[in-house]
Amino acid sequence: MTSSSHSAIRKVVQMKEPSDEDNGTASTPEKYMLQLFINGATLRSHNAITNIKAIGENELAGNYELEVVDIHQKPELAAQIELIALPTLIKNFPLPMRRLIGDLSDKKKVLAILDINTQSETGQRS
Amino acid sequence: MTNNQTSLQSKSGKSVKKCPSGIPGLDQITGGGLPRGRTSLVCGSSGSGKTLFAMEFLINGATTHGDAGVFISFEEDTKELIENVGSLGFEIEQLIADKKISIIQIRVERAELEETGNYDLDGLFIRLGHAIDSIGAKRVAIDTIETLFSALNNERILRSEIGRLFRWLKDKNVTAIVTAERGANTLTRHGLEEYASDCVFLLDQRVQNQIATRHLRIIKYRGSSHGTNEYPFLLNEHGFSVVPITAVSLNYKVSSDLVSTGITQLDELLGGKGYYRGGTIMVSGSTGTGKTSVAAHLIDAACRRGERALFFAFEESPDQFLRNMLSIGIDLKIWADKGLLLFKAVRPTNYGLDTHLASIRYTLDDFQPSVVVLDPVSSFELSGNSAESGAMLMCLVDLIKSRQITSLFTCISKGEGTFEQTELGITSLIDCWISLRNLEQAGERTRALYVLKARGMAHSNNVREFVITNHGVELLDVYVGPNGILTGSAKANQQLKDKLAELASNQDCERRRAMITLKRQAMEAKIAEIQAQFEVERKETEAFLESVEILGKAQESIRSPNKYEM
Repeated sequence: MTSSSHSAIRKVVQMKEPSDEDNGTASTPEKYMLQLFINGATLRSHNAITNIKAIGENELAGNYELEVVDIHQKPELAAQIELIALPTLIKNFPLPMRRLIGDLSDKKKVLAILDINTQSETGQRS
Repeated sequence: MTNNQTSLQSKSGKSVKKCPSGIPGLDQITGGGLPRGRTSLVCGSSGSGKTLFAMEFLINGATTHGDAGVFISFEEDTKELIENVGSLGFEIEQLIADKKISIIQIRVERAELEETGNYDLDGLFIRLGHAIDSIGAKRVAIDTIETLFSALNNERILRSEIGRLFRWLKDKNVTAIVTAERGANTLTRHGLEEYASDCVFLLDQRVQNQIATRHLRIIKYRGSSHGTNEYPFLLNEHGFSVVPITAVSLNYKVSSDLVSTGITQLDELLGGKGYYRGGTIMVSGSTGTGKTSVAAHLIDAACRRGERALFFAFEESPDQFLRNMLSIGIDLKIWADKGLLLFKAVRPTNYGLDTHLASIRYTLDDFQPSVVVLDPVSSFELSGNSAESGAMLMCLVDLIKSRQITSLFTCISKGEGTFEQTELGITSLIDCWISLRNLEQAGERTRALYVLKARGMAHSNNVREFVITNHGVELLDVYVGPNGILTGSAKANQQLKDKLAELASNQDCERRRAMITLKRQAMEAKIAEIQAQFEVERKETEAFLESVEILGKAQESIRSPNKYEM
């Protein structure tokens, strides 16, 4: 399921390091491979994108790859990925795979589930 | 309930169109089916049949009405679902291959639905919409949306989305069924009935007298009149079917044909050639009086005519019955082998009355007999109270009569003194009632038969002695004496006595006749004697008179001068 979603249409791709189809072997801290599924250009979608980008920049220090997919453009993916709620964020890597739903405004929860230890990643106390 | 009633005018002038479910009985009590283009709620506790109800709705839509259907399953996986439905006799795989039915499984994992803020359930809507559009579905079943409640915490969002779903389904113009769990105090556990305000069904399973029965009730049906009672329903290899017990009428055609009872003397007792075709016959008597044998004769007579007969055995196994009947000279096995006789043996306490009724109805439809025997029908009292059994039997009689089937019920009467009381309250439905009685006289038990009633026939009111010989049942005349009827050896004794008496009386007559003859002879002899004597005296007297006359004449001639002699 995860490998096939990698070949989906990309609307916005943002990264600080050269894109890698492989799992992050270039840097020592593991690169986060994230997919965000949104439903159209709504305020909620916008908030979700903003929130995850902020986390990516701050807590992950840019060590991430984010793929944003608008399900309204590719509805057949909804069944493939087995989406129920939107927006849905999927962390494909590092393992384990996790899913989150919502606009990601509950930052603490997002960090906890994505297993982002702010201390080790950024050296700052959370 | 009419089947051509498919819409009902509401006050605003719009009509509530119905979408036929194809479930036997359900379309009758809803006046045509589920509300078309709306969402109906089916609630019930676990195992009450909601999934199968929804599935049958879709399958019937696809096979009979050309409506493609989508089944959204939250709980079971597709493979399991297909297997479970297969047990109802539905071949769903072909329908799936033909794109008439589509099963969508929605996997809901709590761990994958960690809520981090605001969200909506568009993923669901998109998948649902895609499924509906890809086959052009007109019917949708969602089983069961309550799974979302256990996975998602934010009830506010969930409820708002569920409301949106129901509106969305209406906009899509599909007729939908949503299943829900029964709540402890409320209709549904999570209050879904607020959303499905058009039509709500409740499925129930309860245990009465240790027998589980299923019931369906229409809690609400906006814009339509509907049956408000609880209707029993069945789930078996024929699928889902509702048995509207109260929807019976008294209109059925009658026949004037007569069918033989199989016992010649009984035909005569009934004033002719037997029972009316399509009539209901009851044979009652205490145990061991031979009711089953009377039934066997009817079956034999019917099969000989090439008609099909159906035998419902509630106490004996078919083999036992065949053996017993063979021992009295009625071979029914040949008819069974030819397929003219079908046996259904079941203990009444195995199922509820409604199940029996429905099962009997299926068998009647499948086998289409012209004669049906239920032996004994009084066993039904064991599996329900008297009122219920009576109602069920009334329904049964209606079922049978409307198909113009001749039926024979055997009924065990409770005892010698009570045999004329109404048995289970159905005697008013019986056209012909034959009563068998045990008699105990002179140290032996014999049986008597008489016709208690026979509607529309001039039946005899005689009592006959009922004897089971090794060529079947025979009815013999009874002896009617000053002390009542006599049968068996008492009758034989009495007959012998009568014979002797007759003999004695004959002899007496003979003797008297002989005596009279003798007397007459004696008399005649005496008369001859007297006559002879008289003759003698007469002759003497005549001779004397003659001689006196001659003498006189001689004297006269001497005296007279004028004698010219010579």
